Amino acid sequence: MIPELGHFSLILALFVALAMGTLSVVGGQQGRADWMALARPGAQALWLLTAISFLCLAYAFYSNDFSVLYVTQHSNSKLPGIYRFAAVWGGHEGSLLLWLLMLCSWMMAVSLFSRQLPDVMVSRVLGVLGLVAVGFLLFMLITSNPFARLMNIPENGQDLNPMLQDPGLVFHPPMLYMGYVGMAVPFAFAIAALLNGRLDAAWARWSRPWATAAWICLTIGIGMGSEWAYYVLGWGGWWFWDPVENASFLPWLVGTALIHSLAVTEKRGLFRNWTIMLAIIAFALSLLGTFLVRSGVLTSVHAFATDPKRGVFILLFLAVVVGGSLTLFALRASKVQSGGKFTLVSRETFLLVNNVLLTTAAAAVLLGTLYPLIVDALNLGKLSVGPPYFETVFVPIMVPALLLMVIGSYARWKTDSVAALTKNLLPVAIVSVLLGCTAPLLAGAWSAMVALGLTLAFWIILGSAVQIYRQIKNSANWKSTPISIWGMHMAHVGIAVFVIGITMVKGYETEKDVRMAVGDTVSVGGYTFRMTGIRAEPGPNYTAEVGDVELSKDGKLLRVMHPEKRTYFSSSMPMTQAAIDTTLTRDVYVSLGERLEGGDGTAWAVRVYHKPFVTWIWAGCLFMALGGAMAALDKRYRRKVAANTVRLKGLAA
Amino acid sequence: MKKALIPLGIFIVLVVFLAIALTRDPREIPSPLIGKAAPLFSAPILHTPQQQFNSKDMLGKVWLLNTWASWCVACRQEHPILVEFAKTKTLPVIGLDYKDKDADGLKWLDRLGNPYDLSVVDRDGRIGIDFGVYGVPESFLIDKAGVIRYKQIGPITEEALRDKILPLVRELQK
Repeated sequence: MIPELGHFSLILALFVALAMGTLSVVGGQQGRADWMALARPGAQALWLLTAISFLCLAYAFYSNDFSVLYVTQHSNSKLPGIYRFAAVWGGHEGSLLLWLLMLCSWMMAVSLFSRQLPDVMVSRVLGVLGLVAVGFLLFMLITSNPFARLMNIPENGQDLNPMLQDPGLVFHPPMLYMGYVGMAVPFAFAIAALLNGRLDAAWARWSRPWATAAWICLTIGIGMGSEWAYYVLGWGGWWFWDPVENASFLPWLVGTALIHSLAVTEKRGLFRNWTIMLAIIAFALSLLGTFLVRSGVLTSVHAFATDPKRGVFILLFLAVVVGGSLTLFALRASKVQSGGKFTLVSRETFLLVNNVLLTTAAAAVLLGTLYPLIVDALNLGKLSVGPPYFETVFVPIMVPALLLMVIGSYARWKTDSVAALTKNLLPVAIVSVLLGCTAPLLAGAWSAMVALGLTLAFWIILGSAVQIYRQIKNSANWKSTPISIWGMHMAHVGIAVFVIGITMVKGYETEKDVRMAVGDTVSVGGYTFRMTGIRAEPGPNYTAEVGDVELSKDGKLLRVMHPEKRTYFSSSMPMTQAAIDTTLTRDVYVSLGERLEGGDGTAWAVRVYHKPFVTWIWAGCLFMALGGAMAALDKRYRRKVAANTVRLKGLAA
Repeated sequence: MKKALIPLGIFIVLVVFLAIALTRDPREIPSPLIGKAAPLFSAPILHTPQQQFNSKDMLGKVWLLNTWASWCVACRQEHPILVEFAKTKTLPVIGLDYKDKDADGLKWLDRLGNPYDLSVVDRDGRIGIDFGVYGVPESFLIDKAGVIRYKQIGPITEEALRDKILPLVRELQK
């Protein structure tokens, strides 16, 4: 009964989305206030129906209802409760439902926090989002119904993929989807502006906090995914340039360009077409990512079951949404007049160049991701593109971007002089080069790559530090500085922290892959690991071999680490659970491999890593997200409400 | 106006590629030998080692070369399908007993049935190397002109037989 309720709720949601989407958009075009008035309640009803559907599926998991095919495929009565809940999005159908719930939640948020916007804008934005929801509802109902029942009810479920039985599953997909789907909001604002034909600064100001909010979620989501891969895959890697990872990274790169481009459009009325284009591309890449992940056209470590029907549907949907938007863009873009003028040396120029660099980087990653597919389509053979391509292409594009971002934050709008910028930045440049080139010597080994990475990081940190110092020195300035400025510095320092993390790990990580029996020791990066025993330990739905490994440095015992190798009842593939000892400046990482028989008794293949500064990679992501949050909280996005309130107060008085 | 159409153009090209990609299987690894002449070989026949089999004798016929071995687990899975298929007498099936002991191979065929018109022994795997075999079983469909037209990696499944091999055989036999 409950699953049918969920299914019915989805069908209702389809009709609500269809009616609300069409009427809001058409109402906006024809200026019919009665139709436009449907947008907000329509969006809220849609959210409610989707939430009911989601809860029904969650309940089916909670109550171990194995008459539901999707529950049977992804759960088991022995699965711990929290994973039974997270298993709702552990497979294709449920992921889509989560996608949809996130989309409707964004719509709900827009309907609640849009009082300062004109009704026609809200109506168009919600209408466009409603139509996007129609596409996803149709997709679910036609090809991927999570509530399909089974005739022969099995005793128990097939269990959740062991790889997913981790706290990472609970947080990573919702966050990532929130960011992915959130890109639909600036997209809807862009389409609304195109429909309106007025791409003014007000439009940019309205969509800015939404674009930033989506970008924050995407940043955290990607960061969490990377951390999850780091400790669960047991390879000690944190980014693999896997197609599915790239699918999330692409909207991030374009989203980063978008939030900067929006700043220019808001402040100076420039780059309007370009900003609209970025908003469309960011969402198009989110949809493309969904297509790549869900259709199985690319091989990936995220091996999902493939179904050609699904691929065809998403591709059609992608063609309609993006093709339609780009056609609208082509029709309207030429009418947009460019705003003010700016000279070659100005903040506008630096932001534009960085935007182009970020977009180029995204294009390069996209090319690498799709290259195997294109080559195959042209019958030129099968190949795969790996990290060497991405690293060779990506790094040289990002280095100038990191250099320019500091100059851009110093440069004035409209026009600035080379002399003034040099005067301000030359000392920063000299100090960062000095620090960047000497720090690797202190770390033990000098290499050009490390020196370059650290110089860039110091350049960004010192650049921000000097600006912050100047703001604080002047107390009047300190109080009047908008929080978004602090947010910008926070996010930029986050980039620096991230760069330090990557540089130090790449430059100084050491690893050893050894055979260890009880009593054996191995040393890496100044740390000594001694295996003191291995015991079997039962888990709820697996049995584990747990190793006891003593970690010591200079003869002093630091702690005992417990790497695990788990064999889940439902799967023959053993899972590694690495033991990691984290401090601010390094991780030591032990992962237990295969049991090796023969020779002198039983031993295990063990991998040990010493990874300096690896947590800085994720700390950097958090800083960026925090900076984004500070920027999105800026008062001016809520200003019209305040003005209205004042006026109302005035009336009352 | 014209400049604004560029993104749409790029997008359309992208969609075309994605559509083509949907019809492909990324996990399928092609053999560089497909469409090329099958390597010629001559080797003793398993049941009558004093006689040589020469692959030249097969010119003019469409035939299937199936590599197998008594030590190969996946071959056991494939074997019943081959035995059934051989009964239909659709085309000659030649076995290549790969890196195996003759006695073991003979015993294996006695026990599980012999679907082959004849089997050739490839004790040291030389012929296998020429064919680029990197796992047993692998099967090659060879046309009348001695050109490899299809390669099955891993066991021949009923689906592969029905959907891929048989239609191709019928076409080649015309």
